[in-house]
Amino acid sequence: MPVQIPKEKWTGKIREVKFGGTQEEGGTRSSSITLGGVSTLPFLYFEGDMPRKTVIAMEVLDVVREDYPALAREPFNDVLESPSSWAKTCVEKYGAEAICLKLEGTNPEEEDKSPDQAVEIVKEVLSAVSVPLLIYGCGNDEKDSKVMQVVSDATKGERCLLGLAEEERYKSISVATMANDHAIVAFSNLDINLAKQLNILLTDFGIKPENIVMDPLQAGLGYGLEYSYSVIERIRLAALMGDQMLQMPILCDTSISWKAREAHQPNEAYGDEKIRGPYWEATTGLSAITAGADMLIMRHPSAVKMVREAVEELATSGGGE
Amino acid sequence: MGMTAIEIYKLLPKTNCGKCGVPTCLAFAMKLANKQAELSACPDVSDDVKTQLEESSAPPIRLVTVGTGDNKIEMGNETELFRHEKTFYHPTAYSLIVEDTTSPEELEAKVKEASEVEFERVGQILKMGMLAIKASSGDPAKFTETVKTVTGKTSLPLILISDKPEVMEEGLKIASSGKPLIHAATKDNWQAMAELAKKYECPIVAFEEGGLDELAELTQNIKKAGVEDIMLDFGKKSLGETMRLLTIIRRLSAKKNFRPLGYPVILSLEGDPEKEALAAAVFTMKYSAALMLNDISKWKMFPLFTLRQNIYTDPQIPIQVKPELYEINNPDENSPLLFTTNFSLTYFTVAGDIENSKIPSYLQVIDTEGLSVMTAFAAGKLTPEMVAEALEKSGAKDKIKHNKIIIPGMVARMSAKLNEKSGREVLVGPRESSGLPKYLKGLSEGS
Repeated sequence: MPVQIPKEKWTGKIREVKFGGTQEEGGTRSSSITLGGVSTLPFLYFEGDMPRKTVIAMEVLDVVREDYPALAREPFNDVLESPSSWAKTCVEKYGAEAICLKLEGTNPEEEDKSPDQAVEIVKEVLSAVSVPLLIYGCGNDEKDSKVMQVVSDATKGERCLLGLAEEERYKSISVATMANDHAIVAFSNLDINLAKQLNILLTDFGIKPENIVMDPLQAGLGYGLEYSYSVIERIRLAALMGDQMLQMPILCDTSISWKAREAHQPNEAYGDEKIRGPYWEATTGLSAITAGADMLIMRHPSAVKMVREAVEELATSGGGE
Repeated sequence: MGMTAIEIYKLLPKTNCGKCGVPTCLAFAMKLANKQAELSACPDVSDDVKTQLEESSAPPIRLVTVGTGDNKIEMGNETELFRHEKTFYHPTAYSLIVEDTTSPEELEAKVKEASEVEFERVGQILKMGMLAIKASSGDPAKFTETVKTVTGKTSLPLILISDKPEVMEEGLKIASSGKPLIHAATKDNWQAMAELAKKYECPIVAFEEGGLDELAELTQNIKKAGVEDIMLDFGKKSLGETMRLLTIIRRLSAKKNFRPLGYPVILSLEGDPEKEALAAAVFTMKYSAALMLNDISKWKMFPLFTLRQNIYTDPQIPIQVKPELYEINNPDENSPLLFTTNFSLTYFTVAGDIENSKIPSYLQVIDTEGLSVMTAFAAGKLTPEMVAEALEKSGAKDKIKHNKIIIPGMVARMSAKLNEKSGREVLVGPRESSGLPKYLKGLSEGS
């Protein structure tokens, strides 16, 4: 009995966004990363293209606070004090394709590191690793506007992904992004309309669409994951159906899954936390990928390994072709 | 995905006799299409047409039940490709596989493990779906013995796995009253297996690794033999290929109403524990009705059940926490008192931020039918009266000595009224929950 494979005819395609500046582009990265180019739902090769596998970046913090779980510290215990060594470990030991440097220590209500100190850290990380960088501020608008401007200047040519732009605060980071031809991360809070609205604001402000990556907020497993899952699916479907203002690549930060105590705290009833914790993060990542994420920012090396294994196998052929 | 009124009309006698209570056959057809009438009201319609019409009104993916009583598992009856379009109905049934070659001690331990896996999360009890017994030995006596042992030790519904009808029948003789799932009918044995399914009144799996064409052929044969409760198994493939086949089957059945594949899918993962965990996560999101696993360690099952709970939550009905007075960081009678709503996300965020502040606190949760603070306030589901009443009910007065309450900054405008209704001094907290650690620390240093 012949079965007709049902194929959707998508009219839209995800825009390609390139980050990481090589020598020819005036940077020092050994290679750049291109996101997007996708013209089907994740891994459905029988009806469209998904030219590249999900990119996995790993997070590096300039300051590790008390609430950073012990289990997540373990693989980095020797390097937590040094963002550059931390980044090097991620790349050389765990195969991170990019580093997301979160400058949380610049927060004026906490360590209050100066913009110059921030630049110093960024430079150290840049020289320690040759993969592309994402650089995030601390979330304090006033401070970020100072920090991100000098960070942008100091990384001219490196074509970083700078974040986070939000609906209420996107202007200063947009200026910093445009000044030195970086790309920007547009963060919205679990809402397809807000995601679109922010993309419109950013492009109206002068950012080219091919310089925008969306972060629609990844909620952790057990703590609203289903909202993220459906928002990402809806964004991707709208993009494939032709909504140009949603055709930006999507990135999801799975480090949030470590906020759940049940993910990583010792508890016999929930099984061995040494593997439960990474699996909790990997599951969060798999849900993002299955829904449509093009890049993940991850925390634990074992979770990275699990997701990478799954992506390799999802990307094999067969089934519907 | 029923037929249209015109399609139905073509099959009716077109006599306009009116015996069905409606003046014309066309009007009757319209009522049928809208499910406002029963076909049995027409005395003249042929049996053939009856079957045809009944089939067209059946759900696109058949509902299959395995087991009986409280522990029965229902699979299928899904209608959507994406949960946001409506919801997913029947959560993936995770099932442990045991073999009849396993030693009695190990068998007992595994059956016990599967029967006892149980987690409680946000008010739901999460348990294993079924237990699969594989006739690896090929020896009917051995299989019989194993099925006997297992049925005596678990109330989980069973899956009996053998491709030999004579072995399967031995298992069914013992277990059929519990309505086990027969795994499986293949292109070589389907006649005999279908006979067993009918004789013992059990659902059956159509197993075919050779492709969807062959699988559809097989289900048609089984159906023609008189068996309706069928599940699909297309064998072990790579993660990607499996996900694509599951997607194709869901599209064909739910959206194209393609009957030969309109059945729930059961798959056996059987890899190393970690690989199984990754595959199970993907197929929980993408369309598997049941998964058979070799390993059900708690580190794996707890996150997996949590994922299933998330994905199968009805998007129209937010998950809610119990409206109670929660104690965070071991508060005493002098600790601050806050309130928030019972929308799970709101509660988890607020409780998490209080936890991070390390300040012992009380958090009164108000029943807002699962709405967040601002939405509930705007909808009139978070009022000063309700907060006062909740505090009264939870006995906050007896536990807390002071007379203050912290109000979410977003709804500061109901402070005066809350003061009047509760008699408490109202302190305005931060607008965002993320401001709580700083706010609470400031409060405790100030006092």
